[in-house]
Amino acid sequence: MTGEGNVLGVREFARNVRLWFVPGEIREEGGTPDYRFSLANERTFLAWLRTSLALVGGGFAVDQFLPDLRWGWRVGLALALLAAGVLCAFRAVNHWVRCERAMRRGEDLPVSRFPALLGVVVAVVAIAMVVVVLLGWEG
Amino acid sequence: MTPRRPDVERDPGLQPERTRLAWRRTTLTGAVVAVLAGKSALHGGPSAAGLAAAGLCAALWLGLLGLAHRRIGTLAAARPAVLSPRAAAAAVLCTVALAVCGAVLVF
Repeated sequence: MTGEGNVLGVREFARNVRLWFVPGEIREEGGTPDYRFSLANERTFLAWLRTSLALVGGGFAVDQFLPDLRWGWRVGLALALLAAGVLCAFRAVNHWVRCERAMRRGEDLPVSRFPALLGVVVAVVAIAMVVVVLLGWEG
Repeated sequence: MTPRRPDVERDPGLQPERTRLAWRRTTLTGAVVAVLAGKSALHGGPSAAGLAAAGLCAALWLGLLGLAHRRIGTLAAARPAVLSPRAAAAAVLCTVALAVCGAVLVF
């Protein structure tokens, strides 16, 4: 991503954060879309929120069910999963607001590289867990 | 179940019902996380800090449940209004707070 793209991205994010808490503003632009589209967008948001909750639950589970692991590995894996959950939750609401605005203005829905990124992170954590569980018991 | 007025036309795609069930699934997932959090908090026997953390996690889950309950109420309308960004942000903040509780408990 270019520097200019980054600045635009940050500005867009700041504007979206404001919209979370000033819900009236979202109704000022464009027209109201078919309520079914909004509900579909809401379900997508909820699916991402569940993904986020599952990651947080995974963090708790690592802490709970791998007590024989070395402290560093256990805490590192748990914190990685919890951090992924937090990121996923913020991204969920941000993407929901962006989609809602795009629908109101009749624009294309925003594309995102987040799903691919999350997939890579989950794969890395899963591989790390397999390695750690196979090698780290005596730790 | 949400009671439906017979004069209200039903969406053939059952969108409000699917959205209601999505909220229910989300609260169920939240319940699993809250139970894991409680187990984690009370792991080494009940202590004041552990009880406080478990109570906080339970309160966050109740917050999520309350949000879902309110939203499910508005979904019973014939043309449900769009979810308010404030409710969406509140649900996200509950999730993030649970994760922060988790980070504190892990240490």
